[in-house]
Amino acid sequence: MVYLTRKAEFSASHYYHNPEFTAEENQRIFGKCNNPNGHGHNYMLEVTVKGEVDPRSGFVVDLKRLKETMRREVLEALDHRFLNKEVREFFTRIPTTENLAIAIWQRLSPKLKAAQLHRVRVYETPDLFVDFYGES
Amino acid sequence: MFSASHRLHNNAMSDAENIATYGKCNNPYGHGHNYTLEVTVSGPVDEKTGMVCNLTDLDGFVHNQILERFDHQNLNMLAEFSETVPTTENLCIVTYDILQRGFRHAHLLRVRLEETMMNSFEYWGKNRVIE
Repeated sequence: MVYLTRKAEFSASHYYHNPEFTAEENQRIFGKCNNPNGHGHNYMLEVTVKGEVDPRSGFVVDLKRLKETMRREVLEALDHRFLNKEVREFFTRIPTTENLAIAIWQRLSPKLKAAQLHRVRVYETPDLFVDFYGES
Repeated sequence: MFSASHRLHNNAMSDAENIATYGKCNNPYGHGHNYTLEVTVSGPVDEKTGMVCNLTDLDGFVHNQILERFDHQNLNMLAEFSETVPTTENLCIVTYDILQRGFRHAHLLRVRLEETMMNSFEYWGKNRVIE
């Protein structure tokens, strides 16, 4: 079993707000991230897939196809977007980096055929990242 | 880190199939990468030294057995790739197997190779998966 990781960068804006909380609660829990005008990040995405090496090609997965799937399923939807208002997953869920990693997993997982998705890692800043390995 | 060239090409495939499979990597003149190698070993901390293994031993082994073998070489010309295509998947497995056979000072856990800033590969051994 070999694990292959492909990176991609995207930039997006968001803010954290739960309508079930009072204004004070939102401010206390989310702090600066509660600013309704939003703020942005350069997110670094790492997608790790796993599989056996094909004896003929020497590949676990065709990197060109993985890159294209990541572009089509993730970057096209998220890059240069205001996540709260433009990305359906975040119309009702708060676009934390935790929820972003889960949403990216759900977008990619059904589209990967040759290899199995192992991990989605999303860096919100170089100091902070979230890992999601799927529900099980 | 080591720098090496390779060409991804399988003689068992037609020219068209090689190009369809490997794209730019099938260029007959080859191309190169700066590979960053990470070797992870594990083990109990020795009470006398406070170390899992002496880094000098690990550095020496990696230098003599891995870097000397691959640095500034054309991977396709090496015996290690006489039967397999020198993809970074296979380079990862070859590197792991050399360490597994020869490095005796700690347990080999994994080998990770960065082919470019955007691509990396990990191998934890045959039949072993990340928990």
